Amino acid sequence: MPTIETQDGPVWKRRTTAKSLLTWFCWLIGVAIVVYCWELVSERTIWFFVQDAGTQAADMASRMVPPKWDYMDVLWQPVWDTINIATLGTGIALVFAVPVAFLAARNTTPHPTIRAIALLVIVSSRSINSLIWALMLVAIIGPGVFAGVIAIALRSVGFCAKLLYESIEEIDPRQVEAITATGATRAQQLGYGIVPQIMPSFAGISVFRWDINIRESTVLGLVGAGGIGIQLDASISTLAWTQVSVILLVILATVLVSEWVSAKVRAAII
Amino acid sequence: MLQLKSVSKRYKTGDLALKNVTLEIPDGQVLALIGPSGAGKSTLIRCINRLVDPTEGSITLGDLEISSLSSWALRKARRRMGMIFQEYALVERLTVMENVLSGRLGYVGFWQSWFRRFPAKDIKEAYRLLDRVGLAHMADKRADELSGGQRQRVGIARALIQDPALLLVDEPTASLDPKTSRQIMRLICELCDERKLSAIINIHDVLLAQMFAKRVVGLQLGEIVYDGPPDGLGPDVLTQIYGEEDWEATIRKVEDEDEEGAEEAALS
Repeated sequence: MPTIETQDGPVWKRRTTAKSLLTWFCWLIGVAIVVYCWELVSERTIWFFVQDAGTQAADMASRMVPPKWDYMDVLWQPVWDTINIATLGTGIALVFAVPVAFLAARNTTPHPTIRAIALLVIVSSRSINSLIWALMLVAIIGPGVFAGVIAIALRSVGFCAKLLYESIEEIDPRQVEAITATGATRAQQLGYGIVPQIMPSFAGISVFRWDINIRESTVLGLVGAGGIGIQLDASISTLAWTQVSVILLVILATVLVSEWVSAKVRAAII
Repeated sequence: MLQLKSVSKRYKTGDLALKNVTLEIPDGQVLALIGPSGAGKSTLIRCINRLVDPTEGSITLGDLEISSLSSWALRKARRRMGMIFQEYALVERLTVMENVLSGRLGYVGFWQSWFRRFPAKDIKEAYRLLDRVGLAHMADKRADELSGGQRQRVGIARALIQDPALLLVDEPTASLDPKTSRQIMRLICELCDERKLSAIINIHDVLLAQMFAKRVVGLQLGEIVYDGPPDGLGPDVLTQIYGEEDWEATIRKVEDEDEEGAEEAALS
């Protein structure tokens, strides 16, 4: 009990003495772990290479300027591919994520076993990075944009379904109850009681994931799954640093535009 | 005629919310159900349209045994029971019109309702009802733009468009100010009168119950402890329902406010 009786009346503290000692002890352990890990990392680092990191970075930066602007002529197509990979991937993911989310939400799932399967689908999709999905898909269906689209879609299904099922579980049940009381079927309860309530989060999740996918699809080319990453990989391997800087600037611009679009969409929906 | 025969409800948690409730409501009667929080008022009306399944007992509306219906037949039966809720329970992000039309969901198919293609006569009826509750100009507003009193009027229109035989009303005035509360109660009672509906109105406010209902039922810990006319609610009865308290002030105030209420009704 945090209230302690004394002669001058009760004194209130946030924690009892034992509890606050325990809190301090936990902090101590935390700090000790950080120090130990630092030691470990430090031992395995060749500090000789780190010492001139500044000079190296400056050197690389100097080789990156001026950006080779002519290279843009080659880049338009891959940029377009990149945006398409992200958009199509997100679209396909949403088509699958919506039913999975309804099966995974505690208040809409038809059966606990089905819920467990839906959760398994979500976890397995989420646990593998899109770059790794792409690596495997390039091996299975060959290199190209299609592998990229599928890789993005596979990774996004879990992400979108997870956020969506959480928002389905947080709806106001009274609105659904009112719809049920009119004699509506299960499907109608879903359409009138639940869908309107989750529309804002559905829109928010979609543009948020699309925004993330734009960034993820810029690197998919590194493993041959299409998009601007192919050019990036080629330029780095040939030490064409002026081309690398153009690519990085293009990626920056694309991401900025996607940020702007998703902010607009979110503002319009809520 | 609605009949409840020894209805009991035990929740999974083990709480016995209703004990052996037997009640008979003739057609066209408006009944106020009073009692302290947790007395089982909400459970009772939710057992009638089976939003909550009663553990024991039988409930019949007309000659339909509600307590043993299949889920398909239950949906058809629910169409005849309009429900009005404490916090309105409108679908906040739909328009007023969509909310009213949602009262017709039991009568139309899924795709018809999904694409909002309700029959023309339903839409006409929705406009008529919105006009009746004084919200004709609000049809295209979103439900969350409305004030509490307006929302409850939409809730009433949604219940009435079902073309019900019975209204189940759960604390219609609990989140409204005193004046709006009276207006809403008056509206509900007028509409019941117009359409010869029977109604069960759960209500916290003893004064409002006395003003508007012809019959009052007092529920305490899941049991009926009073069933009679509103002027039979003396200090003894109120003590029995709610527990020990000085009831004289409450009862005296009833008479004052009754006159005031009558004046207000005459003016409007």
